[in-house]
Amino acid sequence: MNPPFEHIVGRHGPAVLRVCRAVVGADDADDAWSDTFLAALSAYPTLDVGANVEAWLVTIAHRKAIDILRARSRRPITVDVLPEPVMSTVESEAERVDLERAIAALPDKQRQTIAYHYLIGLPYAEVAQILGGSADAARKAASEGINALRVTLGDPSPRTDRPPAQAQQQRQVQQQRQGQQR
Amino acid sequence: MITRDDEDLPGLLAPLARTDELALARLHSRLAQSAQRDGILDVAFDIRDTPVGGLLLAATEAGLVRVAYAGEDHDSVLAALAAAVSPRILRAPHRVEEAARQIDEYFAGTRTHFDIPLDFRLSHGFRRDVLSHLSGIAYGQTESYAQVARAVGNPGAVRAVGSACAMNPLPVVVPCHRVVRSDGSAGGYVGGAVAKRILLTLESAA
Repeated sequence: MNPPFEHIVGRHGPAVLRVCRAVVGADDADDAWSDTFLAALSAYPTLDVGANVEAWLVTIAHRKAIDILRARSRRPITVDVLPEPVMSTVESEAERVDLERAIAALPDKQRQTIAYHYLIGLPYAEVAQILGGSADAARKAASEGINALRVTLGDPSPRTDRPPAQAQQQRQVQQQRQGQQR
Repeated sequence: MITRDDEDLPGLLAPLARTDELALARLHSRLAQSAQRDGILDVAFDIRDTPVGGLLLAATEAGLVRVAYAGEDHDSVLAALAAAVSPRILRAPHRVEEAARQIDEYFAGTRTHFDIPLDFRLSHGFRRDVLSHLSGIAYGQTESYAQVARAVGNPGAVRAVGSACAMNPLPVVVPCHRVVRSDGSAGGYVGGAVAKRILLTLESAA
């Protein structure tokens, strides 16, 4: 018998929120998380006992995130997608915002592989099942993404004064590109 | 937790590791509301502080289905509800708010009977008959196990009445604490002897 769904939310809610924030950004993460857990709750009675709950949740979150990204690529972007770092008084908070901004600027595949592998801990074989393609391709995308983040963020010393424009522009360019591809 | 098949979280991603408790609490509450709206919140529960300790209150759409003492182990009680009713269980105070309010009033001495829908699906047959009878024992009154056995038409089933009381899924609200031994001593109780004495003392003060 599967445990009460409350336990699933308690155990996996934090990691799924990290995944949602990385994949769709902070502004849409709440919607992605809510859509994911509501769909999961609905389907929960039919989930096989002993199933890999994390992989199941990430599979749902992945589909919900795609819906959100698609809807967003169709609507004009008139406001900042990410919060302004200047409001952050705590250094670690600024560091996080910088990182989220840098992740937002990555191509979809790199963001997804980083989120599903590093932020919730799925092995690359399972990441590949969700994204399509091979485990090696997933590993490569994640590694390229991490390298790109290293380049964007520079040395570990946190910078809190970097203007937000750059990542923002990158994101818009990337979204326009995606829009054209479709 | 799944073991990662290569290196740990790169230090680079460490700023994302912090758990955002505030956001999670907000999201949990939103989930409970959406689930209620969509009709997929099969069991809603909350745990409330009372003079007899933390009481778990769980309700289906039909009504209050379970009241559980901490001594019954709330995790086990929820697991049993998942098996017996549905695993679609969320902490969602809203649905048990009225029951919690009436229980507060009961412990404050301002309420002598409960007026909330009850879902008796966890009890069947003889046990259910016993519970129906218990609901008729008035505040401040007691009956012996033997009296209850006679009242439900099975005078020889004194022990079975005892176990029906011990298995009462709705203690406090369905007053199994009002059933005592023929010699006047309190007898056993699902919430423990101390809780039974607290309830009987509360009611005798009225």
